[in-house]
Amino acid sequence: MSAPPIVEFRAVAKRFGEGPLVLDGVSFGAQRGDFVSIIGPSGCGKSTLLRLLAGLSPITAGELRVEGRTPEAAATDIAFVFQEPTLLPWLNVAHNVEIPQKLRGVPATERSATSHRVLDLVRLGEKARAYPRQLSGGQKMRVSIARALALAPKILLLDEPFGALDEMTRERLNEELLAIRQQEAWTAFFVTHSVAEAVFLSNRILVMSANPGRLHTEIAVPLPYPRTLETRLSPAFHELVARTSRLLRSVADGAA
Amino acid sequence: MLRTFLKIFLPAVTGAVVVAIWFGVNAGLSSDRRFLLPSPTAVLNAFIEHRATLAHAAWNTSQGALLGFGLAIAVSALTSYLLSLSPLVRSSLYPFLMALQLTPLPILAPICVIWVGAGLKSVALLTFVIAFFPLVVNTTQGLISTDRNLVELFGLYRASRWNQFMHLRVPAALPYFFTGLRIAATLAPIGAVVADMNAGSSAGDGGGLGFQAVIFSSQAKYPALFATAAATCILGFIFNAVVLALAWFALHHWHDSYERTDK
Repeated sequence: MSAPPIVEFRAVAKRFGEGPLVLDGVSFGAQRGDFVSIIGPSGCGKSTLLRLLAGLSPITAGELRVEGRTPEAAATDIAFVFQEPTLLPWLNVAHNVEIPQKLRGVPATERSATSHRVLDLVRLGEKARAYPRQLSGGQKMRVSIARALALAPKILLLDEPFGALDEMTRERLNEELLAIRQQEAWTAFFVTHSVAEAVFLSNRILVMSANPGRLHTEIAVPLPYPRTLETRLSPAFHELVARTSRLLRSVADGAA
Repeated sequence: MLRTFLKIFLPAVTGAVVVAIWFGVNAGLSSDRRFLLPSPTAVLNAFIEHRATLAHAAWNTSQGALLGFGLAIAVSALTSYLLSLSPLVRSSLYPFLMALQLTPLPILAPICVIWVGAGLKSVALLTFVIAFFPLVVNTTQGLISTDRNLVELFGLYRASRWNQFMHLRVPAALPYFFTGLRIAATLAPIGAVVADMNAGSSAGDGGGLGFQAVIFSSQAKYPALFATAAATCILGFIFNAVVLALAWFALHHWHDSYERTDK
């Protein structure tokens, strides 16, 4: 009926060392082009889920497939945006964006073409020669996103990338992120604490519960793309935010 | 504008006050005790009178200091790399590096003379010993203090150990390295002069500033002795200025310590 999922979790479990289960029995599939947000109380393993996908940490049980391969084998298709911008302070913006390609031995001319393209995407073309310390928090995060896009990933993992930013900057970057996605068709996994952010960005929201981390409910977000300021103001948006918030609260209370 | 003016004006005032006090103390001494602190003019005259001797001695000292300093940079870079590999390597090597640093130069000097003979080689070797420790301690600390988030980022890119070292650990360690270099640049000229006093040789006109100080002292040429002290100061200033300039070139683009706070 539908195409095979680009990412598939089958009863995935994870524990670190001899510790308790961090994730247990997580199963779901993501289709190409999905924007999946993951929310849940702290300690529910949201970030761990992304780290498993990125191949930064092995799964303990179950099966995890990325385009039919292990996350390790699919590493070149996956980019990660951390909570911190993690820019190299001694490199200017353009060179920061080029570092992943440089580490893969891509020639300089090709690298600079890429950095031009992705910096224009995040509207920072004019800051190419600036150093990170000269940028605002929002600008640093945009460089971090540009760097992730430089690898032309099929899957973009974002771990609370806008958590440290003010509300205005966060909303603007949400809109920019969706605008970029219209030009670059990647599949996104987005961890956040903000229900409004999750509803605005995604077509699917995974609500997780803690101890151990389990998939509690999936919420579909049928709002049409492209989403704009109007989307935020619509009754349908507010209704979804309210419903998701209530669900999240009951999940958190249930765990407590 | 005012700041720039004050930056030049205030040190000049300090200098003038010091020279004035110096003149005053000299004038206050009875004539038979005036040798204790020769007047600024007497020191200046001695400096001019012995300028050829002092310049030659300063050149000899510089050679020893530069050789030892350069050797310290090269060896400390390699040692720091080894020390950065594991805590086990560090705990097995640090005590012995400490021992080297804790042995006073005047005791090491005769040992050096036995090994490589008095003169330039000994001076360079002793300068190396004194400049090595601050370099190796700071550079090692820099190499092992890399931001964990950035290390994880490089892990995500599956960067090789070599690439992680060259593109992440080394640039991240540069500010630490330059801190060590600045301490070493202060110690190297002093080390070279002390080494020269204890392990120098005047054979083939090879005497340095330390050697010259011993000669002037034994001849009771006290103004010349003070002029020799001034020459060692100038040498130290040049060493420090060069290192500060190097640090500025390497770091001012990006490092927070060069951020202008008076925006």
